[in-house]
Amino acid sequence: MAKVITGVGCPYCGASCDDIEVTVSDDGTKVLEVKNACAIGNQVFHHASTPGRITSPRLRQPDGTYKEISYEEAIDRAARILVNAKKPLIYGFGSTNCEGMSAAGRVAEKAGAVLDNCASICHGSSFLAIFDNGYPSCTLGEVKNRADVIVYWASNPAHAHPRHMSRYSIFPRGFFTGKGHMGRKIICIDPRVTDTARVADIHLQVQQGHDYELFNAFRTVLHGGDIPDMVAGIPKEKILEAAGIMKKARFGTVFYGMGLCHSDGRNHNVDIAISMTRDLNEFTKWTIMAMRGHYNIAGPGVVWSWQFGFPYCIDMTKRDLVHMNPGETSSVDLAMRDEVDAFVNIGTDAGAHFPIPAVQHLKKHPWITIDPNICMASEISDLHIPVAVVGVETGGVVYRMDNVPIQFKKVVEPAGGILTDEELFDKIYERMCELDQEA
Amino acid sequence: MGEYLIKNGFVFDPVQGINGDKSDVALKDGKIVETTALSSGATVIDASGMTVMAGGVDIHSHVAGAKVDVGRLLRPEDKLFKSPKKTGKVSRVEMGYSVPTTFKTGYDYTRMGYSFVMEAAMPPLEAPHTHEEMRDTPIIDMAAMPVYGNNWFMLEYLKNGEIENNAAYSAWLMTATKGFAIKVVNPGGTEAWGWGLNCTTIHDPVPYFDITPAEIIKGLIETNEYLRLPHSIHLHPNNLGNPGNYETTLETLRLAEGYSPKSDFGREQVLHNTHLQFHSYGGDSWGNFESKAKEVMDYVNQQKNLTIDLGCVTLDETTTMTADGPFEHHLNGLNHLKWANTDVELETAAGVVPYVYGKNVKVCDIQWAIGLEIALFAKDMMRTFLTTDHPNAGPFFRYPRIIKWLMSKQSRDELLHSFKWADRVIAATNLESIDREMTFNEIAQMTRAGPAKALGIAHMYGSLKPGMNGNVAVYNINPEHMPADPDEIEKAFLRAAYVFKDGVMVSRDGEILATPPKLALWVNAKVPENAQVRRDIYEKFRKYYSVNLENYPVRDELAPNQRVIELDITA
Repeated sequence: MAKVITGVGCPYCGASCDDIEVTVSDDGTKVLEVKNACAIGNQVFHHASTPGRITSPRLRQPDGTYKEISYEEAIDRAARILVNAKKPLIYGFGSTNCEGMSAAGRVAEKAGAVLDNCASICHGSSFLAIFDNGYPSCTLGEVKNRADVIVYWASNPAHAHPRHMSRYSIFPRGFFTGKGHMGRKIICIDPRVTDTARVADIHLQVQQGHDYELFNAFRTVLHGGDIPDMVAGIPKEKILEAAGIMKKARFGTVFYGMGLCHSDGRNHNVDIAISMTRDLNEFTKWTIMAMRGHYNIAGPGVVWSWQFGFPYCIDMTKRDLVHMNPGETSSVDLAMRDEVDAFVNIGTDAGAHFPIPAVQHLKKHPWITIDPNICMASEISDLHIPVAVVGVETGGVVYRMDNVPIQFKKVVEPAGGILTDEELFDKIYERMCELDQEA
Repeated sequence: MGEYLIKNGFVFDPVQGINGDKSDVALKDGKIVETTALSSGATVIDASGMTVMAGGVDIHSHVAGAKVDVGRLLRPEDKLFKSPKKTGKVSRVEMGYSVPTTFKTGYDYTRMGYSFVMEAAMPPLEAPHTHEEMRDTPIIDMAAMPVYGNNWFMLEYLKNGEIENNAAYSAWLMTATKGFAIKVVNPGGTEAWGWGLNCTTIHDPVPYFDITPAEIIKGLIETNEYLRLPHSIHLHPNNLGNPGNYETTLETLRLAEGYSPKSDFGREQVLHNTHLQFHSYGGDSWGNFESKAKEVMDYVNQQKNLTIDLGCVTLDETTTMTADGPFEHHLNGLNHLKWANTDVELETAAGVVPYVYGKNVKVCDIQWAIGLEIALFAKDMMRTFLTTDHPNAGPFFRYPRIIKWLMSKQSRDELLHSFKWADRVIAATNLESIDREMTFNEIAQMTRAGPAKALGIAHMYGSLKPGMNGNVAVYNINPEHMPADPDEIEKAFLRAAYVFKDGVMVSRDGEILATPPKLALWVNAKVPENAQVRRDIYEKFRKYYSVNLENYPVRDELAPNQRVIELDITA
């Protein structure tokens, strides 16, 4: 008899849905069917059971090919690389659990490494704005139960967070929102006519790169000031209309995405979005939330804040003290300046995401990829250590985009007895301690 | 595990009535034992000329969980130039000042001779986060209080007067979150904050739910006594931080009249009012802001069924954080610094705002005086506990400084007279006219025996009786030759000469020597099967929560060393 597991967390996007039902084979090794997940989430589960998974570490040979090696050897090599490096960089963590992040934190401290996560090239600009201006936010259930106005600004959940609108924001019927989407006003602000814009009541097609001006216009209007006839490509009356709806909301939420973090202005765009939210709280209740990308990319920010006091760009090379200075201690900047002499890519794909010159510099030095899958990073690295797929082959705590911890489940046994991220980092740590003693 | 004989110290143990007698304390197998139980191989610690107390117990401190971590993330400047360099072999890096990392928190409490800390507010939905942080806080034993005062289940049950149902739900929530006690923060007001509103008196109806804070508080006292929990309800009342709020406070405290404790764990109170300093304000504006500590303490002194903690302002730059969401928004309107807020579905909210208690700001100085006055007006130190509502009124590592102020009139007068607006501060407070200086025994009551009793954990913590957990602090201060310089008092309590945790020497002169396993305490209360409540839980999760009921309870692996306090009220 196949077994159905309910309440499974989905290791795909930042919506971290935990209502997935997974049917697994008798022997608990194969995923047979996945219900409730979006198309992409569905694939993540099935992918774990796809034939051809890498199940043992691989070491790059002089002729450029990979040779399978034992975990023991891989762990020893990884430990030696970290011990010998002057300034190793451990980067990634978009797709692992908090147990793995915590274990990696201990390794990084021991190694005197720089520890960084994907926020560095993603919502890092949000952190900068939060450091300056705060973060009036809420959990997603609050949005579902109370919100009557939703703003998607520079984000496109229809594609990036496929179940976000149905589970949390537009469509669900909550406690004070029994009419579901009929009782909500949806405002979408995006230079493109996205699928999210298509379901919105109001779409303001802001001129690309001019979000800051538009926020400024909203703030001016909210405080009773006058604005020009056209701001950022939007006519004045449209701005007045949208601002009026926002001001009259009982509870509103701004969900913003990469369009703010990665267009001109970056952290300043997020900063003024937070200021607008603060302004709105003088009249009614408003909250703001970053549309975090991966299912646990909020995790490293949470875990490392309690361990080191900083969410990302954590430089431990001084060993007795930690400092963070994005621009100086951020992964891409370090790589572009060729300051790093060993690189660990974990739970992400720096090979695909980093600028080519950064990758070229990193490639001069030992490069270790820790990832269940074959990806661009694994294909150019010197050592590839496969690990269990979090949310499928191992459980653990993940933080959803609203920083709510969700306890994920394991649904099948790890393929071929591979280690979890946590086990792997703990073993690397132990090996590093042994090497220390030997020295 | 080694054996230790701590010899010839001046021992203060209010539970046994030992008041500075020169005697010996023995440790074996993680416990305090009779000196005769030791073998000849026991290590002897010469504590002559030093003060010996049981490990400290903190009844209220925000050290682990979602909003604490928001405070860390929000404030990189709290680390800059304010973090000590890592020392020693067993320790991790120690970052942060007003909101230290978990590692620094564990080490600093240990250095001060503390062995148990109660995390003051755990949003139930985020309980796994709190437990993850407690697991990563070394050495000190901990527990956490789930926040109840604005929970929708509770609002509905109490509105209908269903104490039994509320108790069944509360017991379920306690178990699901591995929580310890019923914490109440701005009852009703935080739910109102869901709409940007507040309840500033105990008679303001909660929007939609149509119940008043007074009804919530009484209902929760009844729930708590029905469940016979180790601790009483732990209340942060309405109207925190506003001039003239002492009237709200007195009205709130009067709600406990007529209730008596029902618990087998030795507590005598039915209501603990936390950080009373923030609730003892007179005047009707910041201009005529004044102390009402005397008025409030006159009432508290008469009522045996109340306990309080101070919430002393320490005049530091710090980070305020509370489940009182509307208060943080209000505070942000005063100082215009950055503001973080997290409303938690169906349960609570939280706000975080940095705050600078300036030495030359009149209001801050009056707050400082009020915190000390509350202690100095108290008649029963077994009901009055030392806290700073860390980090709200000041960081916890200022406890030794507060001890200095309480033990030395000279030290507090020097500070008082150094204020820019000293005359106005003196006029608005009683502090200058108070001559009282606390004794070591009273400090031991406020920091050990008292809080342990009020929490219902006096069978494990707060005393040096044989059989207690082997938690001992030895301070390098001689009660028979008090130093001429009061700063020496602070120094001695900040870095204990020796600290033992469960029989292991964990710290010596501030250096961390070992990090033995630490405990997470929680309460598992067995109640009669209640199909109605089971159905309510199922329905609310199905319709209104954004997480699955199956994934809500904190899993065992997040609390690797648990000490479960089992209760059975069906028996």
